[in-house]
Amino acid sequence: MAEILLDVKNLRVEATSYPPGEPPKNVVIVDDVSLTLAKGRVLGLIGESGAGKSTIGLTSLCYGRGGARISGGTIVLNGRDIRTIDAPAMRKLRGSEVAYVAQSAAAAFNPSHRLLDQVVEVSVQKGILSRREAEARAIELFGKLKLPNPETIGQRFPHQVSGGQLQRAMTAMALCPKPDLIVFDEPTTALDVTTQIEVLAAIKHAINLEDTAALYITHDLAVVAQVADDIMVLRHGKMVEVGTTEQIIKRPQQEYTQRLVSVRKIGREESPPTAQPVLEVRNITAAYANGLTVLSEVSVEVRRGQTLAVVGESGSGKSTLARVITGLLPPSEGDVLYHGKPMPRALKQRNKEQLRVLQMIYQMPDTAMNPRQTVELMIGRPLEFYFGLGGKERRQRVIELLDQIEMGAKFLDRYPAELSGGQKQRVCIARALAAKPELVICDEPTSALDPLVADEILKLLLRLQADTHVSYLFITHDIATVRAIADAIAVMYQGRVVRYGPKSEVLSPPFDDYTDLLLSSVPEMELGWLEQVLSRRRMAAAGN
Amino acid sequence: MLRWRDLSLNARVGLVGAVFFVLFAYLGPLFSPHNPNEVLGNTWEPSSGKMLLGADSLGRDLLTRLMYGTRLSIELAGAATIISFLLGVTLGFTAAVLRGWFDQVMSRVVDLLMSIPTLIFALVLLSMMPRTGLVLVLVTAVLDSTRPFRLSRAVALDIAVQDFVEAARLRGERTRWIVTREILPNALTPLVAEFGLRFAFIMLFLSSLSFLGLGIQPPEQDLGRMIRDNREGIVYGISAALWPGAIIALLALSVNLVVDAILNRTTSLKGGRGG
Repeated sequence: MAEILLDVKNLRVEATSYPPGEPPKNVVIVDDVSLTLAKGRVLGLIGESGAGKSTIGLTSLCYGRGGARISGGTIVLNGRDIRTIDAPAMRKLRGSEVAYVAQSAAAAFNPSHRLLDQVVEVSVQKGILSRREAEARAIELFGKLKLPNPETIGQRFPHQVSGGQLQRAMTAMALCPKPDLIVFDEPTTALDVTTQIEVLAAIKHAINLEDTAALYITHDLAVVAQVADDIMVLRHGKMVEVGTTEQIIKRPQQEYTQRLVSVRKIGREESPPTAQPVLEVRNITAAYANGLTVLSEVSVEVRRGQTLAVVGESGSGKSTLARVITGLLPPSEGDVLYHGKPMPRALKQRNKEQLRVLQMIYQMPDTAMNPRQTVELMIGRPLEFYFGLGGKERRQRVIELLDQIEMGAKFLDRYPAELSGGQKQRVCIARALAAKPELVICDEPTSALDPLVADEILKLLLRLQADTHVSYLFITHDIATVRAIADAIAVMYQGRVVRYGPKSEVLSPPFDDYTDLLLSSVPEMELGWLEQVLSRRRMAAAGN
Repeated sequence: MLRWRDLSLNARVGLVGAVFFVLFAYLGPLFSPHNPNEVLGNTWEPSSGKMLLGADSLGRDLLTRLMYGTRLSIELAGAATIISFLLGVTLGFTAAVLRGWFDQVMSRVVDLLMSIPTLIFALVLLSMMPRTGLVLVLVTAVLDSTRPFRLSRAVALDIAVQDFVEAARLRGERTRWIVTREILPNALTPLVAEFGLRFAFIMLFLSSLSFLGLGIQPPEQDLGRMIRDNREGIVYGISAALWPGAIIALLALSVNLVVDAILNRTTSLKGGRGG
């Protein structure tokens, strides 16, 4: 066994919350967690939001965010308990022995300084390296992280590089002072799959070369399986299971881990494309006021009771397509046909009936709900607005809808803040269904949710479709979701539909280049998947 | 709701102060034996058992006149603030929701109004118009409505881009519903706080106008007018002008303390935006 670098025992983290109208209460965020990390190893911390994984990551810097305080346990780093050392020693330790890579590189970089200055800052300030040495090392690291033009990229400002490049620059920043331990806090979560795989490969490559230990925090088991040697599964601040990556993936012991491993296994057979099209999008070209064309000649159709999945990375125009269909952004060319008849292009020209049949579910249920309206008012308003229901009748119907989304009448008087993420999304679904729509546009309805919750939402959507024969236009960047729910798929890239057809056709070879890249970039819960994909790509590149 | 034991010391002091002055202005006269307009003694007669704070520049009871002056000041400032908010917030929200030419026109007009020093502009307007209470209130309200306009427009712009407002638009809701049901409830916190602040400022503003002789005209006296009418006494060491000054200062301070407490309270409210 290699030398122990970090040894955390019986860690307990608490915070005080201040619920309105009640006395302050103590909340335990992390409870009795122990972990050991040997030099050069990578430990993956995995769990849903609220599992305490980021909090644990930060405690290895002996830091509690937002009022969290470490109230018990020992954190031994390089042979000394860092809970007991004084502030100057702590300052020395942070950044030089332990470094942190945040989730959103765009928010973590100072937009008004050049990348190189920020990357070398810690090393120079702590006197680990001279300015010249640090710059040389930064350039070397840029190379190791496979950033383009390592000699000159440091002269750019954060807004001049892409999100994936920025994330790699932050990894370089963490690696620069040669720390013993790096805490990666969801470094690829905010990135597109095609970018994620590059960043993941770069991070893995660099930590192997540098022989640093790392804590890798994520909610995506498939991602962590590619980089971690060991995995710890967390839930509600407690350890669920610890083991080598192979054990966790192949032989999970606990029921919760088994569920995490088998997530996204729901699927269904596609229905034959014989049903009547509800909505046809014909040769749509759309541009924003600044003249930027975001959609060119897009044509798709959604059939009754079926689901069309629109897939693509950010910036591919998939959300814009939704805006065009709803009339928020009138297209410059092309038509939206509803049951064969053209819909007015602009929202204002549509009548109530045309508005009713098209409903929308949003990505962020938090912003899609008015925080000052109760569940009853929110679901009841479309009933009142479209069908003139009032009083008892309306309440009755709201309760029916709440039952349909498996929530029930006790939620009538709740405000959004009193609901969990999954419940909020359910209420948004009920609000859309209240209008008895024929087509619901789902704009990434599960991507802000934890995997298990997302699974339940998808099941609910499928069940509702079976019950009410509603059609979905389902916008997503996640291929696993598409496999689970779609009948037909449209793959979008740079404002065009590059591949379109029934699910079985779109997802089977021969692929066009982009679809191949997209499909092969989706992490699979398999050891060595990353290496396989990369070597396949290298071979393909060499073959050309 | 706000509960006494949850309040900070500052909030308690502010609340006590504000309630005290309201009671002083409205219940005070019931306990006063004097008619505010009756001449009871000499100019600036010192305090005595008969007149607790002495007499004013015309020999009337200063304490009783302070009660009526405070009442008038509170009423004028209250009316002006309410009108100013009704005007400013309605236009601000509408501008934020409609955007386009309406927003442009309104915002540029407000820019124009704000570029002219308010007090000087008010002096010019009032010197041309009849100096009644109504005119005074309206002029002040219109000139001051630029602030609630700016604030409510900024807050509403922030809210109007949220998905729930888009959802309401997609449902086909009218502007009226969007403004009153979707935006207003989420904008109340900053608006309530601003209301308290503007009330204090408007009271100061009206007092300044009266002090300069363009506000309330005799025989009516608000606090500012009382300072003006008694100011010569200061030269002789007479404190008559200081009392209305102190009331203005303390009342403004109390209102501000209460506003602070409301802001602290509601920004941490569960379900509040940005909380």
